[in-house]
This record gives sequence, C-alpha cells and structure tokens, in this order.
Amino acid sequence: MQTVKMVVTGPFNSGKTAFICSVSEIDVVSTERKISTEAERVKETTTVAMDFGRITVDDDLVLYLFGTPGQKRFDFMWEILSEGMLGFIVMVDSARPETFREARGILQTFRAYAPTPYVVAANKQDHEDAWEVDDLRIALKLASNVKMLPCVATDKESVKKVLLELLYSILEEMKETG
Amino acid sequence: MALKGNLRDVTITQLLNLINLARKTGTLTVEGPKEVAWVSFNGGKLIYAQLGNEDGTLIGILTKAGKMTPKQAQVIRTHAGDKRDKELGLLLINAGYLTQQDILIGIRKYVLDIVYQLFTWIDGFFRFDADVLPPEDSITIRLNLENIIMEGSRHVQEWEYLQEEIPNLNMALNFVERPDANIRDVQLTVEEWRVVSYINPKNTIHQIAKANKMNDLEIRRIVYGLLQAGLIDIVRPEGMSLPMQARRLPPVDKKKQTSLVNRLIERIRSM
Repeated sequence: MQTVKMVVTGPFNSGKTAFICSVSEIDVVSTERKISTEAERVKETTTVAMDFGRITVDDDLVLYLFGTPGQKRFDFMWEILSEGMLGFIVMVDSARPETFREARGILQTFRAYAPTPYVVAANKQDHEDAWEVDDLRIALKLASNVKMLPCVATDKESVKKVLLELLYSILEEMKETG
Repeated sequence: MALKGNLRDVTITQLLNLINLARKTGTLTVEGPKEVAWVSFNGGKLIYAQLGNEDGTLIGILTKAGKMTPKQAQVIRTHAGDKRDKELGLLLINAGYLTQQDILIGIRKYVLDIVYQLFTWIDGFFRFDADVLPPEDSITIRLNLENIIMEGSRHVQEWEYLQEEIPNLNMALNFVERPDANIRDVQLTVEEWRVVSYINPKNTIHQIAKANKMNDLEIRRIVYGLLQAGLIDIVRPEGMSLPMQARRLPPVDKKKQTSLVNRLIERIRSM
C-alpha cells in the first residue's frame, strides 16, 4: 500500500479543518482544544497538533490530508508535518485582512521547507466581507504564476477544485522537470 | 554582587534602564548568538560601543559613515602609522579633511547602531564590569540613555514586524518579471543599490547582508522596501540542498509518479 500526503496550512481560523472534513472519507482525526488566548477567541476550539483526513484511491494508494495547527505557538509542528508532502495548500480567510500578513509568512516558511507545488485557497468567498481573489492576490503579493483559487471550505465541490488544481500543478512540474 | 545574567531573563531595555537610573560607570559585555558587543557608560551616559570584529577605529567608522572612501582610508592608514584615534582625529581636523562635527556624528551613529542592534538580541549572556572604560585614546561621546531606550523599543517593534515579514534570511531574491517594473526608473538609496547589485537567485539574503556589511535589521529593512515596491520576490536559492524531509515523492520513476498523480486526479474527480 502506497500512501501520499498533502498538507493544508494557513493562519488560525482560515478553514483548514473544514477543508479536510469536506472531502475526507473518514471522520477527521482532529486534535482540537478550547482556545486559551483571548485575542484568538473568534471560535471555540482550534487545532493544536494536526488534522488528519483520508481519501482512498484504490487498493494500492491512499491520499492523506494533514492540516497544520493555526496558532503560531504550535508552528514547531509545521516542519514535521511537511515531511514528504506531495504538495501543499495555503488557506486564507478572505474576510479577515488582519491575517493576510501571517498567511504570507506561512507560505514563505513552507516554501523554505520544500519546493513542492502549492496553491493558495481564498477561503470563505461566501462571506459578505470576503475580498475578491484578484485583490487578495495583490495583498498577498503573489506572482501571477501562483494559482489562487476561490474556495468555500464547507463545500465539497469547491474543495475538490482546489485539490485538483494542486494535482495539475504537480503534473505540470513533473513534465517540466522530466 | 556582579551584574551578570542572560538576556532571556533581563532584557537590554531593563539593563539600560538600570545603568541609567543607577548612573553606573563601566562596560557592559553582551555575548549574543553570533557576536560579542561591548558598550561603555560613564555616570549612566552612553560613551562608547564596539561590536565583534567590526572595524571600530576612527578610520573604520568614518569609512562606514561614508565620510571617506576605502581608498582614502587606506592612504590615511599608511600615513598615520601608529597614531591613535584622538591624535588622528585632530590631524584630520587640522588638515581640513573633516570637521569635529563630522567625526562626532560618525561616532554617534556607529555607537547607536550597535546599541540599537542589541535591542534585537533576545538571547545571550551579559556582564557589567564596573569602572572598566574604553582605552584612553578612544574618542568617546556622551549620550543620554532615556531617548535611546525609547528609540530602541521602537526598533524592537520594527524588528519583530520585519522578522515576521521576512522570516528566513537563507532564501534568495530575484527581480520580478513584470514588464512595467523597471528598476532603473526607481529612485533608490545608495544602500538599496548596493543590495540590488547582489540580487541573484544564487545569493541568499544573508550572503547579501554579509557582502554589504549590513546587520539583519538593516538588510530586512531594505529587502522589505523592495518587496513592498513589487520589484523583487523571495525565491529558494539555486543549488540549495534540500533537507532530508523535503523529499517529495517516493523514489520511483517518472512514469510511475505521473501515473500516481493521474490516479489521484481521477479519484478526486469521481468523488
């Protein structure tokens, strides 16, 4: 049995757990705890170690989705989680501009861990305060060749699109380096 | 009791406050992760600083301040022989090369740059040796610590911000491929041009800083400005060996890898 892994990362409350839950065939193994910091109390619980979802491809191949903890003090987990990843997805909460800078920092950090393909998911596009994808691209200072996709992490079709775009990027890179 | 400890327990701000309030005279030695700094005080006033192996002689300071070129510095060094800083300073003033103000401004900037850099050190041992002062022939100044502490705190905030923006100095820089962005049309400072001249995916930010004798704060500040202007991008350095964990796919051949990704695509499409 071969297993491959993708990492879903992003700032606190950007929708990583929801993203994995939408497509995982198992109940996401989540290590959530009550929020202890007042400043981060925009939701009740947060991921402190990792989320873990699974998509079985066939008898020989399984895809695992790992979600990183969003709170900065757990960033020591990031490098461990990035080990051997096929690619990664950076989730951004389109409605919370105060997290854009952190999202850029996380993106840079993961790029330093591994030169694997990645896509940026502009999550919560269904939110009335959500920034448009083009505006977000500018705010995040993403080059035009970086894929940035609108996303609603609770919508399975939307999550599938993001995963597929990442896989297409992986294929493209294989062709380029092949 | 000796005034010594770790910056993790007592910050530079707290130490300078203590030296200021107690009007201490002596030299503070701080052993940071990369360098050692010596800062001297007289009656609670900042008078002198020296950082690691940096050229803290008058010629070195004036060259760094742009008051003389490296070539001029070489000529003066040759002619100065074993003359000490005070004597050399007088000679330069009397010969009309520089004014007393030029020299004092240069030294003031040099000393303050070192002290402000100390504010960004969060780890390292410190020791205060009472009544130990810089060599007699050094040119000293007298600066109140209150303003330095306030300015230093602002530097810390800036430092924290820039560190979040540019966390990894082992990354390289590259010019963005934008037809509308032409670096020649942008007004840059001398320092920015010096950095720009080294921008190349082969050079890490850390190497660029080293080549330009800039500290981490100075290089981050310039890189941040260039990033903000949309002129450069941060990239992985060419030829950088990947950490073990950075390997992506299992070591199978290209055909198998492509087949694996195609199977993943088919599976997700069918969900």
